[in-house]
Amino acid sequence: MNLNYLDFEQPIAELEAKIEELQLVGNDNALNITEEVNKLKEKSRKLTETIYSNLSPWQVVQVARHPQRPYAMDYIERIFDEFDELHGDRRFGDDKAIVGGIGRLDGRPVMVIGEEKGRGVNEKIYRNFGMPKPEGYRKALRLMEMAERFKMPILTLIDTPGAYPGIDSEERGISEAIATNMAVMSRLRTPIICTVIGEGSSGGAIAIGVGDKLNMLQYSTYFVISPEGCANIIWKTSEKAPLAAEAMGVTSSILQELGIVDSTIAEPMGGAHRDIDQMAKNLKKELVQQLDNLQSIDLDTLVQNRFDRLMSYGNS
Amino acid sequence: MSWLERIRKGPGTQKKQRSSNVPEGLWKKCAKCSAPLYRPELEKNLDVCPKCDHHLRIGARRRLDIFLDKEGRSELATEVLPVDRLKFKDTKKYKDRLAEAQKATGEKDALIAMQGTLKGMPVVASAFEFAFNGGSMGYAVGERFTRAAATALEQRIPYICFPATGGARMQEALISLMQMAKTSAILERMKREGVPYISVFTDPVYGGVTASLAMLGDIHIAEPGARAGFAGPNVIEQTIRQKLPEGFQRSEFLLKHGAVDMIVSRHDLRDTVARLLSSITSTPLAEAITETPAVAEAESQTEIEDQPLPLGEDEQTPS
Repeated sequence: MNLNYLDFEQPIAELEAKIEELQLVGNDNALNITEEVNKLKEKSRKLTETIYSNLSPWQVVQVARHPQRPYAMDYIERIFDEFDELHGDRRFGDDKAIVGGIGRLDGRPVMVIGEEKGRGVNEKIYRNFGMPKPEGYRKALRLMEMAERFKMPILTLIDTPGAYPGIDSEERGISEAIATNMAVMSRLRTPIICTVIGEGSSGGAIAIGVGDKLNMLQYSTYFVISPEGCANIIWKTSEKAPLAAEAMGVTSSILQELGIVDSTIAEPMGGAHRDIDQMAKNLKKELVQQLDNLQSIDLDTLVQNRFDRLMSYGNS
Repeated sequence: MSWLERIRKGPGTQKKQRSSNVPEGLWKKCAKCSAPLYRPELEKNLDVCPKCDHHLRIGARRRLDIFLDKEGRSELATEVLPVDRLKFKDTKKYKDRLAEAQKATGEKDALIAMQGTLKGMPVVASAFEFAFNGGSMGYAVGERFTRAAATALEQRIPYICFPATGGARMQEALISLMQMAKTSAILERMKREGVPYISVFTDPVYGGVTASLAMLGDIHIAEPGARAGFAGPNVIEQTIRQKLPEGFQRSEFLLKHGAVDMIVSRHDLRDTVARLLSSITSTPLAEAITETPAVAEAESQTEIEDQPLPLGEDEQTPS
């Protein structure tokens, strides 16, 4: 089994392995196998297309958590012309699960805030697996308030398995940190665009998720409780997570129908991790376009619209 | 009783023998010290155990009843009803779960909001009904809370909320999560407008409700022994793989770590809140009304008192 592929992708993995093998043979053989390789490549492309056009909600969750899925830093590197990271909440510490700083998007200065899971064991531990503590959200808050003072739009990239559930988190007021961020983001006088790039888990996600636009990458997921957690409560086993994912509607298509998500950003065939550069391009294009629109609205109207939108959540 | 006797007397005798002659519901056991409590006495004592001062859980309607002045109350936002937007279904349909909860509690959803007076001072107050789906917050709870806050904002009168909840309601999925943002946004408006909001933590307060409306008060008060936090103890234990210290997330812990301003006994709640609001809003209190209003009717709360905390309604161990 190829670990770079999810279990439902194994047929693709097998085809790709065959292609690779043929190409190796082709290199030290006079036989012309180009035709055969091309045929297989086309077959693989079609297979990927078929599988990905029919993903179940649970499969989407798996793609959203794919170990090779691009994280916030991957996008920050590719989307912004320059980026200066800013550290610390000025009160307790610097949370590595949240990255923040000033970047330039097509020349215009923006404040970027992103949840970062980290790649590889060491970096994952360093980033606490993308689970922020209170100081992370307070760093985000400090930077967002700064952005308002200096008239910089705010772009947030959401990707977390949840705010960190630990003793220290509770002692330092994780609930207050999340609540305050939402409260302040609801009124900041600067455009805010939030994008779920991977896993948007509950309070840990919405703590940097209140704004004028909410985007989701095509195979990202956003939920109030993880499918495993939901399954644990209802069926007393996390093995029923696929059912829970189905019931909760954790994908962008359903959330867009509910009027919660504004826009779904297309991913390359087979998911963002198959072509990170292309994904970054798609995301950048959407961000630039949305920012152009938002910056043409006067700030009073912008903030009032944001507030009215918040008040309307759940209304039919 | 030997197996022979059991056969002779027929099935079910064992059970029958155990039942007492005391009329159902007249006596109740304190969940903390196990003292037998005579219900009428207990009610007079605002459902606080006279032996150990344990604050028993009480329903939303009774909560508002013992808090507000007796006269001039009106319920707010009763037109807001729960909606099953996702047609959520697990082992049961959400629609049916709602119907059951409505039948069991007599309420439409888990939040009740009222306009009234506190020692003559006009206020808006709301309370969570924990017996309704663990006091969880979906659309109806968020919307009722928000409309109550909007009423307070419009009339520039204080708003007091009594959360008692397991968190966001998973059957309404992201709509529940968005209620966190909604309630936080209206509270931020109140704050900017200088309209006071007091949050009173009553056992238990968890998840998405703690991480929104419960934590955004000008003043935070906790009842003695109330548990409050973001993640439930089970979830934290599973994550960090160690036992939690005694008293973790209880009122005393919250006070120590700066999450609440004070711990106030249920008996002193009216006085304390009235005094604070009188100072904050520079409103003299109507001196005549100083007594806690007598409690009108008994309310059955036994069935929920012994229920374990519905932990992790919206915060589970990340996987």
